[in-house]
Amino acid sequence: MNTITAPAIEYLQLAPLLIVFGAGILGVLVEAFAPRYLRRAMHIPLTLLSLAGAFALVIVQTIKGVPTKPSAMGAVAVDGPTLFIWGTILVLAFISLLLLNDEDHFVPAASAVPGSAEEERALIEGNVHTEVYPLALFAIGGMLLFPASNDLLIMFVALEVMSLPLYLLCGLARRRRLLSQESAMKYFLLGAFSSAFFLYGTALLYGYAGSVDLAKISTALSANVGQDALLFTGAALLGVGLLFKIGAAPFQAWKPDVYQGAPTPVTALMASGTLVAAFGALLRVFWVAIGELDWDWSPIMWGVAILTMVVGAILAITQTDIKRMLAYSSIAHAGFLLVGVVAIGDAKQNATALAAILFYLAVYGIASIGAFAIVTMVRDAGGEAWHLSRWAGLGKRSPKLAGLFAFFLLAFAGIPLTSGFFGKYAVFQAAVAGGAVQLVVVGVVASAVAAFFYVRVIVLMFFNDPAPDGPTVVLPSWGTASVVGFAALATVVLGVFPQPVLDLAQSAAGSLFVR
Amino acid sequence: MEPAEILSNPGGAIGVGWLMIVLPLLGAAVLLLGGRRTDKWGHYFGVLMALASFVVAALVFFQLLGFAPGERRRGVSLYEFIPGVADMGLLIDPLSVSFALLITGVGSLIHIYSIGYMSHDHDRRRFFAYLNLFVAAMLLLVLADNYVALFVGWEGVGLASYLLIGFWQFKPTAATAAKKAFVVNRVGDFGLLVAIFIMFTSFGSVAFGEVFAKAGAESQGTITAIGLLLLLGACGKSAQLPLQSWLLDAMEGPTPVSALIHAATMVTAGVYLVVRSGAAFFPGEGTASLVVTIVGVATLLAGAIIGTAKDDIKKALAGSTMSQIGYMMLAAGLGPVGYAFAIAHLISHGFFKANLFLGAGSVMHAMNDQVDMRKYGGLRKYLPITFITFFIGYLAIIGFPLLSGYFTKDGIIETTMEHNAILGWLAVVGAGITGFYMSRLVFMTFFGKARWDEGVKPHESPAVMTWPLILLAIGSVVLGAFLIVGNRLMIFLGPAVGRPEELPEFHAVSPVGLATLALVALGAAYAWLKYGRQEVPAVAPRGSVLTTFARRDLYGDALNEALFMRPGQWLTRLAVWFDNRGIDGLVNGLAAGIGGTSGRLRRIQTGYVRSYALSIFVGAAILAGAWFVVGTL
Amino acid sequence: MELYAPILVLAVLAAGFAVFSVSVAPFTGPKRWNRAKLDAYECGIEPTPQPVGGGRFPLKYMITAMLFIVFDIEIIFLYPWAVAFDQLGVFGLIEMVLFIVTVLVAYAYVWRRRGLDWD
Repeated sequence: MNTITAPAIEYLQLAPLLIVFGAGILGVLVEAFAPRYLRRAMHIPLTLLSLAGAFALVIVQTIKGVPTKPSAMGAVAVDGPTLFIWGTILVLAFISLLLLNDEDHFVPAASAVPGSAEEERALIEGNVHTEVYPLALFAIGGMLLFPASNDLLIMFVALEVMSLPLYLLCGLARRRRLLSQESAMKYFLLGAFSSAFFLYGTALLYGYAGSVDLAKISTALSANVGQDALLFTGAALLGVGLLFKIGAAPFQAWKPDVYQGAPTPVTALMASGTLVAAFGALLRVFWVAIGELDWDWSPIMWGVAILTMVVGAILAITQTDIKRMLAYSSIAHAGFLLVGVVAIGDAKQNATALAAILFYLAVYGIASIGAFAIVTMVRDAGGEAWHLSRWAGLGKRSPKLAGLFAFFLLAFAGIPLTSGFFGKYAVFQAAVAGGAVQLVVVGVVASAVAAFFYVRVIVLMFFNDPAPDGPTVVLPSWGTASVVGFAALATVVLGVFPQPVLDLAQSAAGSLFVR
Repeated sequence: MEPAEILSNPGGAIGVGWLMIVLPLLGAAVLLLGGRRTDKWGHYFGVLMALASFVVAALVFFQLLGFAPGERRRGVSLYEFIPGVADMGLLIDPLSVSFALLITGVGSLIHIYSIGYMSHDHDRRRFFAYLNLFVAAMLLLVLADNYVALFVGWEGVGLASYLLIGFWQFKPTAATAAKKAFVVNRVGDFGLLVAIFIMFTSFGSVAFGEVFAKAGAESQGTITAIGLLLLLGACGKSAQLPLQSWLLDAMEGPTPVSALIHAATMVTAGVYLVVRSGAAFFPGEGTASLVVTIVGVATLLAGAIIGTAKDDIKKALAGSTMSQIGYMMLAAGLGPVGYAFAIAHLISHGFFKANLFLGAGSVMHAMNDQVDMRKYGGLRKYLPITFITFFIGYLAIIGFPLLSGYFTKDGIIETTMEHNAILGWLAVVGAGITGFYMSRLVFMTFFGKARWDEGVKPHESPAVMTWPLILLAIGSVVLGAFLIVGNRLMIFLGPAVGRPEELPEFHAVSPVGLATLALVALGAAYAWLKYGRQEVPAVAPRGSVLTTFARRDLYGDALNEALFMRPGQWLTRLAVWFDNRGIDGLVNGLAAGIGGTSGRLRRIQTGYVRSYALSIFVGAAILAGAWFVVGTL
Repeated sequence: MELYAPILVLAVLAAGFAVFSVSVAPFTGPKRWNRAKLDAYECGIEPTPQPVGGGRFPLKYMITAMLFIVFDIEIIFLYPWAVAFDQLGVFGLIEMVLFIVTVLVAYAYVWRRRGLDWD
């Protein structure tokens, strides 16, 4: 009989994860035992402190020195890129949670039929689903584990841990209930569908390599064990699962519907945190596990990147819902980021490309949270003023807010002196160095098309006359105000003075992914 | 002697030299973002930031003095600014520190003065915010170690100048003047920008050190082209011919602004640019340098002539500013032998012209903002401090022996004389006209009978305004001698801009100097005859053709209108026509095409989850199929 | 391929048996109908009456089923530990206690939110 030895777990390296998950579990206990009126007051410090604590631990680890080996028996890799991604996700999650904190984004009773008497009663009683805090924490924990997992099975578990709470959160919007429930349902069904692809791909790759460990798959590739059919199908299906999460075409269909229906703070969390996490995982799978195979997957990634950029940029033009437009913009940005994924080469080239992607992810995440935060503040009688025509003339009624929104849009468009410029510049530069010049040309053209619809919104806000019964701009809570302030400040500072963060991304990327 | 090499950052005050820029920038940010909340203490905060910046500049200066002369150029790199093009860094050397001291020193005094001057303005906080912004941008301009960062500062001062000229934007004249300054400056900026582009393509860098090092190997044509383009930029900023027209209108801004920006500092940025680039592009010989001297002489005469005909005290002073900067340009075009004189005149001019402007502001303050000198007269008894300080400034600018202007202007004239006698004599004539118009100004304002409007009761300004005047007046007396005698400034600047091997000797009495003095005395005497002894008519007499010519700013605006504005308007119309027919047609067609595609593609998004799932499934199949195809190739 | 032959055989046999028994039953079995036999089978209790056109299905069944699965899976995790707990030693004990505590938290939540009450 085989003897089983207890595994060695590097608890300190995993501590950020454990803190976030632990806080999530404590949050559930709060839900179970704390009286209703105390719950929110207990959740807020618990959630924010745990995220801050996890962030502090990430910093400590970065200072103490980045581990050079995967932790937890090779299941989780806490390396330079992981630490950078963790830091990014934790910052993004922190500010998303400040936004989430405004309770009036969420339904008073999720299980009640929309428009029913029960819902009315819950509304009058002032019920709130404080479960959003532990749910968000679990999702954030999943986001942290997803890009760090060094093993396909752990990655799958992380994927589910990240996604399941998000499915729920999507259905909790206070207004436009049916749309919100529909989005949750769609996200769940399609998410489950894509998870199945991921799992199937994992199974096939296991059949090929005899292991789900990314490093061992890579070793099996160099050993060239044959059975290419298993390898190709497995890798392709795995790719589908991952590309679905980042919203690359042709797996992007869920994104506009879900972004539109979900409560805006949740959309902000998904547009920033999920994208960062999914890109981390995508890079790890494609660069570590099947990095040797780049001659095979590069052309396919080219195709996906082009399609994604084109679909995102072109479809955004005809959108009339501000959140759908931002969703398509997010698709286009996923395409721009994929340009960086293709820029694989020797170790130095990889480090450059990785640093560019990491920087892009950070700045894009911050700017999108800022943009969505502003969306929450422009209100009609029935909630957020979602239709673009309602935003006409906002610049005249509320110049500061419209100015900030315009600023975020310019950052998305990649105008110099905003952080978006340096993000795009870095990614495209890396891609050119990696020989993907034609792809960059497509990227630049797509950026130009994308700039068109960003600028169109700016024109709408500043040069059109406001409607007489136009939307009102609510006075933001301290949370929302600080989110917008932070995002704007970060976007300016990183646009003028990107060096510190670029340096950080470079040093994080320098060690590349551990194997 | 060639400029010294740029050494590394020694730390200390130089290491934190960026504080000079950041402190006033912080002031501007706090005052602008703080809004009305900072109204109560905003002006003190602005003054504090300017003073703090001055303290840093002084510390940097003293640290620099501690090094041997050959080691006084220090590069302080800060961060990567535009990857692959320019790094953000400071160049701390005698030249930049001299400017920093002038900007922060005079700037602080003017800040303090403005507390009093703007005390009745309900937007005083915004004014101080802009002033701080200006100081920060100007410091960036002179401290930057490369042309791109310099350009950022260059545009920054342009912006601050625009905002401050139009500060009283409710006056249509002020708004127009601001716009005019902005537009005219664009022409100059265009030259500077193209010069920077050429530098980058020719030398692969925009950093001063690298550009100057590589310029020697470049063809003469390129060097001349860059030099002339830089000169175009300098002309715009420094109101030199042919881009002089904005400066007179710029006097619409509050007087402290005229003193700080349009007399002491910003308008001298062009001189800085020429001197800074001198070693490589304006060596004192060749086309570019020659053009610089010609522009300088032409402007010094034009400015002086304009100054003779203006009844608006500030416009008369503005003409004088043009003229004095013409002297500096002239000197800067003479090569290493002239740089030090240009800078010396610039510094002493910074003091006495700020003194004169602030004095004019004090007079206006006393006269209910009246600017017409024909409505002044006899004010010396009522504004004793203003009068004495103004009179000192006046003596300094006309070059009264032993005051600042005497040393610095005479240096320029004598050096020019050795270089090119025609230009030299023209400069002497300019000095004579200066004697006339400045005397005219003083006589009309402080002497003769009172010609005040009814109800005006002149009173001396508060201490917060007179103290800066006194300090500036002291500077106007002593600075020239201090800088010139013993070639102090030339030796100090040597490591930064180079200097002739043989230092010029200073002659207290020389034929040229005596001739200049005689002409100045003649000018002053003629002014006494016309404006001191005679009654000054309250309405300007018709005057001769020449007077009209001068009153109309030598028809500069008319010339601009005929040469640039009309053709420009035609060009615009043509462009609009072409744009509508050609470019817009293309762009609109393209946009319609993309929009149409978008509209059609949009239908793919059916909203049915089943069709989404199908698209994922088909996508997966295509992906796997493609992989097979690629993998087995 | 030979490795998989027994599995294939088993699959064929199972399918064959199922098809055989389902298709033979109608012919061989006695047919005596009553009301209870015609009802849908729902965990042995009275079926909930359903309005025409489907209507809404009470959630309590699903919640119960979900809870069952959660605790069922807990057992599946416990089983391998039970087999090897002596070799895993203190480490295994601590990890398992953490696991059970985590599941207990979920249990507590369900309990406090009256997910265990039928009405």
